[in-house]
Amino acid sequence: MIAFDRAEALRYLGYRGAPPDAAVLDRLERCAAELQQVAQPRSIDRAFDLAHPAADTVAFGGVTMHSKNLARTLKGCTRIHLMAVTLGVGVDRLIARASAVRVSDAVLCQAVAAAMVEHCCDEVNDTIRQAAAQEGLYCRPRFSPGYGDLAIEHQRDLCHLLDTPRRIGLTVTESCLLAPIKSVTAVIGLSETPQPCHRQGCEACDKLDCAFRR
Amino acid sequence: MGIKERLGKEWLFFDGGTGTLLQERGLAAGELPETWNLTRPEELVAVHRAYLEAGSDIICTNTFGANALKFPDDLPAIVQAGVENAKEARRQAGRPDAYIALDIGPTGRLLQPMGDLPFERAVELFGEVVRVGAAAGADLVLIETMSDSYEAKAAVLAAKENCTLPVMVTVIFDEKGKLLTGGTVDSVVALLEGLRVDALGVNCGLGPAQMLPIVERLAAVSSLPLIVDPNAGLPRSEDGRTVYDIDADTFATLMGTIAQKGVHVLGGCCGTTPAHIRKMVAVCRSLPFVPPVRKRRAVVSSFSQAVEIGDTPIIIGERINPTGKSKFKAALRENNMEYILAEGLAQEDNGAHILDVNVGLPGLDEPTMMAQVVTRLQSVLALPLQIDTSSPEAMERGLRLYNGKPMINSVNGKQENMKAVFPLVRKYGGVVVGLTLDEDGIPDDAEGRVRIARRIYETAATYGIPPEDVVIDGLAMTISSDSGSALVTLETLRRVRDELGGHTILGVSNISFGLPQRETINAHFFTMAMQNGLSCAIINPNADGMMRAYRAFLALSGKDAQCAGFIAAYGDRPAAPQTSAAESTVSLSECVERGLRERAVEAAKALLQDRPPLEVVDGSLIPALDRVGKDFEQGKVFLPQLLMSAEAAKAAFEVVKDAMRGTPREMRGKVILATVKGDIHDIGKNIVKVLLENYGYQVIDLGKDVPPETIAETAVREQVQLIGLSALMTTTVVSMEQTIRLLREVKPDAKIVVGGAVLTKDYAESIGADSYARDAMSTVHYADTVFG
Repeated sequence: MIAFDRAEALRYLGYRGAPPDAAVLDRLERCAAELQQVAQPRSIDRAFDLAHPAADTVAFGGVTMHSKNLARTLKGCTRIHLMAVTLGVGVDRLIARASAVRVSDAVLCQAVAAAMVEHCCDEVNDTIRQAAAQEGLYCRPRFSPGYGDLAIEHQRDLCHLLDTPRRIGLTVTESCLLAPIKSVTAVIGLSETPQPCHRQGCEACDKLDCAFRR
Repeated sequence: MGIKERLGKEWLFFDGGTGTLLQERGLAAGELPETWNLTRPEELVAVHRAYLEAGSDIICTNTFGANALKFPDDLPAIVQAGVENAKEARRQAGRPDAYIALDIGPTGRLLQPMGDLPFERAVELFGEVVRVGAAAGADLVLIETMSDSYEAKAAVLAAKENCTLPVMVTVIFDEKGKLLTGGTVDSVVALLEGLRVDALGVNCGLGPAQMLPIVERLAAVSSLPLIVDPNAGLPRSEDGRTVYDIDADTFATLMGTIAQKGVHVLGGCCGTTPAHIRKMVAVCRSLPFVPPVRKRRAVVSSFSQAVEIGDTPIIIGERINPTGKSKFKAALRENNMEYILAEGLAQEDNGAHILDVNVGLPGLDEPTMMAQVVTRLQSVLALPLQIDTSSPEAMERGLRLYNGKPMINSVNGKQENMKAVFPLVRKYGGVVVGLTLDEDGIPDDAEGRVRIARRIYETAATYGIPPEDVVIDGLAMTISSDSGSALVTLETLRRVRDELGGHTILGVSNISFGLPQRETINAHFFTMAMQNGLSCAIINPNADGMMRAYRAFLALSGKDAQCAGFIAAYGDRPAAPQTSAAESTVSLSECVERGLRERAVEAAKALLQDRPPLEVVDGSLIPALDRVGKDFEQGKVFLPQLLMSAEAAKAAFEVVKDAMRGTPREMRGKVILATVKGDIHDIGKNIVKVLLENYGYQVIDLGKDVPPETIAETAVREQVQLIGLSALMTTTVVSMEQTIRLLREVKPDAKIVVGGAVLTKDYAESIGADSYARDAMSTVHYADTVFG
């Protein structure tokens, strides 16, 4: 059973404040039940030593990333945790099937699946946070390729370092999209000092015109 | 001695893991292990040699990830060196009896349509490796760690088309016995046996203890030599390194248990070392060896399901077939995949086990259509398909692209026909329908039909096709022209079962051609046929009477334990819902606004009784849609409701269309919609499609991951004035820009509207689009200005 935040799913559907009517909510729950049947959530994570070789640049596991936003998020971190999560290809099939029959169901499924993958990420993140705490380290907010100025092309590096195709069936297309679609890759910085301002997700991103911004 | 002479006759042992050993020798995280074939060959020779000295009979080249995607520049050298290193180790170890397996792992990419790697490109990528490896002197091809049956199929075809070496395949199951892409032990075995690999099995993912139930199932269903290469238990992270939880002694003990479950080839995967292999060989070598046993099961499969043809009759849905269906013909001509998919999904919902796919229509390119329909159906449906065509070319296209072991409809007793069809069955696998007719036509007695059946079985055997992969069609011929024809058919069924031990199939409804109340005759004949041994029935599963006959027969013949199937189907089917007076008066416009699809259909029908169709459209449907659209734009209604309304309106439009008969609704213009090349997200495009259709536009939906050339060609050929493009990511906006540039060249008068998550008005302008659509409604508005 994968939990998910209903409010988050509704936000993806464009609802702001006003609750949807009962018919929509009912359909949303039915889509969620179908997703529970087909989703096969899998995740993998791994820690690397982190270096800051130049301004706005970080390096780990043989990979160098240039990004002002990421460097800011990872400031003061000595380790970095990579993570990848996927709900599996069954979810993509369900959404494709819904698209062929009733596109409103496809839209509902895709919103619920997005909220589910987000929840799975939070769980992995929590595990990482707890393990880090044991070593006296503090987690920085999760950061993904495509956020702010971090190039989406780095999906490829993260998937390669985590061996995701083999370990969890997560692949990267030629255009750097993740397949299965309902998947996330991210990095989490580990620092010896706690961060006073704990900005997360949307708030850490510079894309102020994003349609899905909280 | 060649490995084929020993395989399945004595114990053979694979090597163990390579990755862990190379890491101990200094392979860095993220470094591609295959580069060491050239830069550190001595390390590879040492690893191979250690395994040979530990007792491995087969060593795998260090070429798991070697393909042109990862090594665009030096692939041949890497593969060549991989084989050479293994040969050198064999020489040094003094083991000329040992075999070298050319190791082929997955590409790391997901195949279309779930990913972006075309099936034939995958075949090419694997083919390159096979050619180099075979020429360098490998003794066999090992395709391993496959988590997608479709990719495994591409690799097997590549191996068979590029060398004559034995081919073995191992796949990776999770603890539930599933592939990452959903396949089961049964579906994978059906596929691989159909492709005629030499041995199959399981590797990686799990330790030997967790693999046990999977191995038991493999041994129960597979007739081939069985390979088991587990990890050294389950992985865990220790100081940033992956370690496995069982030592060599435990591994060896567990492998001893596995060896006695009907396994023939044993080895190890991640975390196993020469020590694991040495101890495993010591334990297993002296155990009694049991050769593989032919299971004689008749199984067809999809990517995720296996259907066994046996004692319980199965239903093959006949609705994907243009014969006598004008709507279906129109759908084929207009390339309306949505209609064809809907036919498939309805049959799946109504209880079909397999779907027949026939897309033959005069004037249509059948091989291309077959490829397209099979690909689309298998991307949304889980049922196995029956490739139904009389064109060997269309048959081969369908078989090649099919993700599983299909039914094949059909071959007949004519020599020429068998010569054309059996090689395809042999190459791609499948259960083939054998029609009991030959050069002299259809025999009018059972004796003649059984004689042809016998000949089909015998000829199939000369191609290496076992009898269980043939089902005999006893041929149902209408009783309206010969009142004895049903009896002949029934006798044929009985005799094929009793005298030949074979399975049978019928196109059931042919029996009533030319009669009134056909379903009555069909249903009763269906019951009689099942009573006479019918194994597969090609019927319309949407016909309630047929499914009632089927479920009743199963219940009455002891094939439905506790009548559970019957009760599930009919147990608490509610009486027709009573609509209250107040409810029934809901107007059509209200049904649309509230998104009540079924009720909208009823309301439209009622309204059409006293109003002309056009008035229903202009007076009720369009105003309702406009109101919902406006509310959506003002933030009073949200996307799900907008779409539910659109779907209700669409269903109502269908009713209106039927009422107009012959004078179809006037279309306001043709619009192409496509998700651009490289992009596999198509929900946004699908939303726009529904809305445009509602507003009277004819949408040519080119799908997702569409090359610029396809869009440009279609725009020119169909003379389309408006093209809508969707792209989700910055990386795919690049191909959107290319598409726009090409369209400007070949169709300068067409307008282009774009949309997608990362696009903005400015961004859209900068790539040369005419308009940016922030949501589905704004695309409709823009279309209105273009065609206004």
